[in-house]
Amino acid sequence: MAVFFAISGLFSTSLALAGENDYGIASEWQMDTQAPATDLMANMISFHNLLLWIIGLVVLFVTILLLIIIFKYNAKANPVPAKFTHNTFIEIVWTVLPIMILVVIAIPSFDLLYKQRVIPEPDFTIKVTGNQWYWSYEYPDHDDIAFDSVLIPEDELQEGQLRLLSVDNEVIVPVNKTVRLIVTGADVIHAWTIPSFGVKIDTIPGRLNEAWFKANREGIYYGQCSELCGKDHAFMPIAVRVVSDEEFAKWVEEAKVKFASAPSIQQIKVASFSAAE
Amino acid sequence: MATDTAHDDHAHHTPTGWRRWLLSTNHKDIGTLYLVFAIFAGFVGGAVSMGMRIELAEPGMQFFPWIAEYIAGADDPVNAGKHLFNVFTTAHGLIMVFFMVMPALIGGFGNWFVPLMIGAPDMAFPRMNNISFWMVPPAMLLLVISMFMDGPSGFTGTGGGWTIYPPLSTSGQPGPAMDFAIFALHMAGAASILGAINIITTIFNMRAPGMTIHKMPLFVWSMLVTAFLLLLSMPVLAGAITMLLTDRNFGTAFFDPSGGGDPILFQHLFWFFGHPEVYIMILPAFGIVSQVVATFSKKAVFGYMAMAYAMSAIGFVGFVVWAHHMYTVGMDVDTQAYFVFATMVIAVPTGVKIFSWIATMWGGSVEFKVPMLWAVGFIFVFTVGGVTGVVLANAAADRIMHDTYYVVAHFHYVLSLGAVFGIFCGWYYWFPKMSGYMYSEAIGRIHFIVTMIGVNLLFFPQHFLGLAGMPRRYVDYPDVYAGWNMVSSIGAYISYGAALIFIFGVWKAFRDKVPAGNNPWGEYADTLEWTLSSPPPFHQFSTLPKIK
Repeated sequence: MAVFFAISGLFSTSLALAGENDYGIASEWQMDTQAPATDLMANMISFHNLLLWIIGLVVLFVTILLLIIIFKYNAKANPVPAKFTHNTFIEIVWTVLPIMILVVIAIPSFDLLYKQRVIPEPDFTIKVTGNQWYWSYEYPDHDDIAFDSVLIPEDELQEGQLRLLSVDNEVIVPVNKTVRLIVTGADVIHAWTIPSFGVKIDTIPGRLNEAWFKANREGIYYGQCSELCGKDHAFMPIAVRVVSDEEFAKWVEEAKVKFASAPSIQQIKVASFSAAE
Repeated sequence: MATDTAHDDHAHHTPTGWRRWLLSTNHKDIGTLYLVFAIFAGFVGGAVSMGMRIELAEPGMQFFPWIAEYIAGADDPVNAGKHLFNVFTTAHGLIMVFFMVMPALIGGFGNWFVPLMIGAPDMAFPRMNNISFWMVPPAMLLLVISMFMDGPSGFTGTGGGWTIYPPLSTSGQPGPAMDFAIFALHMAGAASILGAINIITTIFNMRAPGMTIHKMPLFVWSMLVTAFLLLLSMPVLAGAITMLLTDRNFGTAFFDPSGGGDPILFQHLFWFFGHPEVYIMILPAFGIVSQVVATFSKKAVFGYMAMAYAMSAIGFVGFVVWAHHMYTVGMDVDTQAYFVFATMVIAVPTGVKIFSWIATMWGGSVEFKVPMLWAVGFIFVFTVGGVTGVVLANAAADRIMHDTYYVVAHFHYVLSLGAVFGIFCGWYYWFPKMSGYMYSEAIGRIHFIVTMIGVNLLFFPQHFLGLAGMPRRYVDYPDVYAGWNMVSSIGAYISYGAALIFIFGVWKAFRDKVPAGNNPWGEYADTLEWTLSSPPPFHQFSTLPKIK
């Protein structure tokens, strides 16, 4: 099992990178993380690969020791037990060595943590609101475009759309731009995530949380609500489409018209919620 | 020691029938009650998880709408089924934590063997011992009743998860179901606090002459640390859920942002209890494994002092790492960095324990009888669960895995496998002592092998699902996750089959009545319980044993 674990890390990274279609969604029998679409997620994956090597080797080491005991120190092979109960040197080794391994882990870990959570200067902001059970988005830097993003029910799926993942209105962002997310919850706690971006942030009523991403690759990326939020927790996916600057500009103009005509009840609720703060 | 029974019969009439159990003040009878209750609750909680694995075996919703329609008689089976799934995840977590693992390890083995191992006639507070058991079945009854009360509008039962985060557990579940669940936790928690007081007092005051604190068997050490964790953490949970209760019913707003409260405050309070709680569930298993490994290796345990103080260190540090369950709530980055650091520190004493067990076996003459199989199995699965814990400790990596199946895999490796392997290890080790009968070695082995295959097939693929991004507590999932979910469900069916083998083995042992003798494990089973008859007399150690 330990060997399996270590090997799986090697294999699946190459599997996940195999096809273009694998971006933004897992593939069947996938054993590793989804392919990265931000530099940050690429860093997170290499950090996880480091961890996977370390923990794989630790499990392998313990397994080998247990196997040696099973074969060499069983009652038949070794009828007379040894008497020792102490060995100061080995006890120091197995205290100090793990500490050193943890230091090796901690250095990249802290580095990456600060990269994740110190928000760089953004190109623009999107406000995300988690609702039971759909997402609302606002683009305050683009004339307050606002819309809801709701799961497409199974019986209304079009050709090429994905069950439980495709939504009616996707979030559209331009490639290679730093997007800041300001997130909150309207009713209960939800969590907004796109695995390929390496972003996950709880949307909490009464709180504004921040996150950011800078997608380096065009395409569509899916995530799913990641904090238990009631009956339809599994049915409020997140879909982000990363497009070129020109396409994004074109979408902004269209969206202003499209979403201006019929503001939903939810947008009004969200607006009043913001005003109250 | 054989004369003890005769002597005591003058003073006490051994109660019989229902009075013996309902009015019991005898630590062994109360321990037996706890164990029987834990086995019952384990099958209930296991059946609940079977329901979830049947649903998750294939994409789409099949099983829960069916239950909702044909068993619960819901008008809207699809939506009722979605909610019912959440009710099941909630019930599974609460039952397994509060009514299976804790009663088995602390109430069951703790009651039975703490007095026997320290040479005491009984627990310090026998009547309190009685009430701390008899509060547990009503607590579980309250939880079961809650499944049939109104929860969110239109549905029954509480679906807030075992973590019962507000606002989902307040405004999200207006009906009385959540109140019943809260009362269930209040009762189970109060019972645990009473039990903890009893264990601490017993260990501090009732050790036989010569049994210094540094001569206590490691199982007693583990129970001492566990009891302190219970005593310090349970009141915090009690406070948190009481605040939840007043938020729900009496107009307070501790956790309600519209009244100036904060939902995250609840998470801090919950995990200040919740993280020590996971050590409460695993430390007694550490103690059992230490006894078993030494006995069957025919060696004294390696590094006794380091083992005892490693447990104490784990217990202490366990109180200052709680927010590693909350990396995605938007905590300050420096706070997250602290919790990363503190959490990784726990890996060190845990490593000391793993390597000390290995060193105990090293050079030994190891007999792989059934308890030893479970102990070696424990060391393996706990190592796997432990190292994924180190991965999750890093906030930078947890960002991908938080609330995915990777977390589910991790905590089932340490608890569902770790703690449960510890329970079975203790069961087979002490069953001859408790019952006086020897179990069937062959059935015990089959039970172990089938469990080992089943649980690894069940939980290992969940690492893959989590890394690939499948969130936990999902009744339905995108089709790409179908493969590993099917494997996982097959593992679950095998595991439940293994539990049935266990019951068969118990039944067979009581049918065959093969006498076990006072000490079936030989001279290296050198703790005091093995000096008594099997089963021990109703009252033991009327003349206190002297420890050299």
